Amino acid sequence: MTAALGLALDAALCALILGVALAVVAGRGVFRAVVFFIVYGLLAAVAWVRLDAVNVALAEAAIGAGLTGVLLLAAHGRLRRAEAAQDLAHGMPWSAALAGGALAAALGWAWFEMPIPVEPGPELAEALPRAGVGNPVTAVLLNFRAWDTLLESIVLLAALIGVWMLAREGDWREPLGRPQHARPGGVMAGFGRVLPPVGLLVGVWLVWAGADHPGGAFQGGTVLAAVGLVAVLAGVIRPPWIGAPLWQGALVLGPAVFLLAGIAGAVLAGGFLTLPEGFAKPAIVTIEVALTVSIAVTLAFLVLGPPEAEGAG
Amino acid sequence: MAALSIYALTGAALVGLGFFGLLAARHLLRRVVAFNLIGSGLFLYFGAAATRGAAPDPVPQALIITGIVVALAASALAVALVVAQVRAAGRATLPEEEDAP
Repeated sequence: MTAALGLALDAALCALILGVALAVVAGRGVFRAVVFFIVYGLLAAVAWVRLDAVNVALAEAAIGAGLTGVLLLAAHGRLRRAEAAQDLAHGMPWSAALAGGALAAALGWAWFEMPIPVEPGPELAEALPRAGVGNPVTAVLLNFRAWDTLLESIVLLAALIGVWMLAREGDWREPLGRPQHARPGGVMAGFGRVLPPVGLLVGVWLVWAGADHPGGAFQGGTVLAAVGLVAVLAGVIRPPWIGAPLWQGALVLGPAVFLLAGIAGAVLAGGFLTLPEGFAKPAIVTIEVALTVSIAVTLAFLVLGPPEAEGAG
Repeated sequence: MAALSIYALTGAALVGLGFFGLLAARHLLRRVVAFNLIGSGLFLYFGAAATRGAAPDPVPQALIITGIVVALAASALAVALVVAQVRAAGRATLPEEEDAP
């Protein structure tokens, strides 16, 4: 009975997801597409909870729906004047529909052809008690596959440098992003004062709890980035300029601590990024805290965009 | 297993929808959104595959989290490029598609 109910819930959720996704690609108007994409992100987060992946659900809700939504909405606001008379192709683009349909059909076919693995591998169950943290996803991210996470933190920096390179010469010394003005006493100004303290608490908790429960540096860092963005959008704080030394330090703190820990592992434990068993927990917590700072600042700067002078294009 | 197949097939359909959107959209911001849909569909497909064993496998889940974060970084760069294109050309479509029938 419960199984049937669960299946019905899954089917309804997937139908909703597909309906919203259809509205994203086929609905008229860029604004509609962006708003439906945010709704899509929230529904996808629910799907991740149903798939027993609460860590992923937190990341999807905070990043997929939250930060990406802010990024796209802000871009839409900027581009409104340049909006093309038609945002979709004329008529029904049959070749595109055919290509998309074929891709979906091939993936669907592959699903039933894939062999079912014995999961998770016995090696992981054996290694987990020695990882230093109880949340298996955190153990994978910061211990077993630390290489991926180290390089990812550097990818984020590379993307930020790419965004900054698109600033105009004259705007180089301006604060990051567009100048923001919130109506005094308006909704945004109120949000800007009420939300940040709560968000700060939630963000720090997600990082700390991430050792043994769902959460971690990425989810917590994203919430902290959102706190900063809300404060900036409400005009409570002003974003820095690119050359501010304290903020530059915050950007590289995470990758730098991670790299140093990796080198220490190479000297003391016989392998780059190898965490010695007794030190695993303090090492992971130190790396996570440093990474959280860098992730929060990098993501917030990525969403703010390159510096821009008041009243410019 | 049946529930997992529903999610995997939804993921496959999302990839198809996103690919269609990427080809059919003219406005560059819509293309960024459609590209995100492709990525998200692949994550869902991958995540469903990771749950097929006795217990959910944390390794794919960690990779998916990495993927979500990198997708945001790539989207931010893409959006900044779209804004730069609009600033340079005054429109949010590709020049060769401007007057295509």
